[in-house]
Amino acid sequence: MAILVIAEHDNRTLKGATLNTLGAAALLGGEVHLLVAGRSCGAVAAQAAAIPGVSKVLVADAAVYEHQLAENLARLVAALGKTYSHLLAPAGSAGKNLMPRVAALLDVAQLSDIVGVVSPNTFRRPIYAGNAIATVQSLDPVVVATVRASAFDPLPAEGGSAVVESLSAVHDAGTSRFVGEELAKSDRPELGSARIVVSGGRGLGSGENFALLETLADKLGAAVGASRAAVDAGFVANDMQVGQTGKIVAPELYIAVGISGAIQHLAGMKDSKVIVAINKDAEAPIFQIADYGLVADLFEAVPELEKAL
Amino acid sequence: MKILVTVKRVIDYNVKVRVKADQSDVDLANVKMAMNPFCEIAVEAAVRLKEAGIATEIVAVSVGPSACQEQIRTALALGADRGIQIDTAELPESLVVAKLLAAVVAAEQPDLVILGKQSIDADNNQTGQMLAALLDWPQATFASALALQEGCLEVTREIDGGLQTLSLALPAIVTTDLRLNEPRYASLPNIMKAKKKPLEVRTPAELGVVLKAHTRLLKVEAPAERQGGIKVGSVSELVEKLKSEAKVI
Repeated sequence: MAILVIAEHDNRTLKGATLNTLGAAALLGGEVHLLVAGRSCGAVAAQAAAIPGVSKVLVADAAVYEHQLAENLARLVAALGKTYSHLLAPAGSAGKNLMPRVAALLDVAQLSDIVGVVSPNTFRRPIYAGNAIATVQSLDPVVVATVRASAFDPLPAEGGSAVVESLSAVHDAGTSRFVGEELAKSDRPELGSARIVVSGGRGLGSGENFALLETLADKLGAAVGASRAAVDAGFVANDMQVGQTGKIVAPELYIAVGISGAIQHLAGMKDSKVIVAINKDAEAPIFQIADYGLVADLFEAVPELEKAL
Repeated sequence: MKILVTVKRVIDYNVKVRVKADQSDVDLANVKMAMNPFCEIAVEAAVRLKEAGIATEIVAVSVGPSACQEQIRTALALGADRGIQIDTAELPESLVVAKLLAAVVAAEQPDLVILGKQSIDADNNQTGQMLAALLDWPQATFASALALQEGCLEVTREIDGGLQTLSLALPAIVTTDLRLNEPRYASLPNIMKAKKKPLEVRTPAELGVVLKAHTRLLKVEAPAERQGGIKVGSVSELVEKLKSEAKVI
């Protein structure tokens, strides 16, 4: 039986996490199909068809799927799901919203945030904020899972030529309605897939001071993140939060500025390849996991670092 | 409006867990337990709706052994009116919890169920969505604001990249994110009063739910420890190391 991956997209571009999820699917063995459900999402379907390793792209193009409302999308995926061995989605806010609903409609469990494939029905996933790793075996006929993108290598975006098939079924639960959204506009790379991430904590002292990090990030081509302490203090928006309750990132370089290193935060970034910590408190726990620690006043060190690059 | 709110007994968020030597699970013996932080936010959200005159009754539900009555009492002290413990020897997996809750919803007929978005033990983030599927109700996960608008519930959600607002027909399911509210502490008089509030115990058999296992936990390991590195003396040394040693810039 084939594997179905649910594409994450905004009706214009396919999100990078989809490629990592396809990377996880490739480890399972078997034909891989990719579902693109949205509205006027032809461009996404074309991008999906170009991914080598995807044999078929299923396109559900209808108004009811425009905003990825879980009520409608879950019915669609569950209706398709019975003929697949695995249903996988990236563990972003869209996948987390959708997949448990799909699983319950199919009367099967859902495995959240898998970080390793042991066998086609056995997976590794973090529990207790990443302080333990569980190996879990599914006993169900269909495996429904969300995939932590940073734990799997992405498939290349180009080089394939999958068959594209349109789905005509329109599932409309009629119980929820999209009202609006406020998305942060930024030219910086996405936090979840950036090669370099610069994050700030309570040590920044204010939202205005995050401009220091933004300047540094722009020089490095990096995304900007924040600790929960900085979010709770109202310095920045919650979608910038890196940690157990925010985004999980694993960039090549993670620069933690004015972040003490609470367990909550470490759970979101400790798999980064190289970690740099800049903090004036030499005893801060972040130094215990940092590859390079600099005990310094961030208001002096960050501008100096930016100039030195 | 009648609200059902769910509470889970979990390890206190300040406690660092340890994996058992035989790798069968984490060691919870003699560890401080508390209400899951996202459930505290759910209870607070329900209580605020009652204080605003929108909710008329709040029922707090927990699934687990009798020890979880402690967390139900906490919810009662915070402002819930009565409690229901669904008595299970162990903590069932999310789908089973959702089925047990669906049976309670069928009996109680609430207009709104508020749950935490995830528990800090299993970190699953599933039960609310599963309950919504089983009831065929609309869902708003990761809520950061709630408002009642002309008979519909308008919910602002924290999504990747920003905020999304949905309008849900009632009855509906909401799961809470961190910024929905800041939970209050229970006052001593309210803790005393909570002891007299009704707390009913139901069994899965009474609710007609079979505790089926859909997954098997094979092993629990400690994560690979990250070794600390070195301290550098200056910004220029840091840049030098990143360029020539780590080769990441």
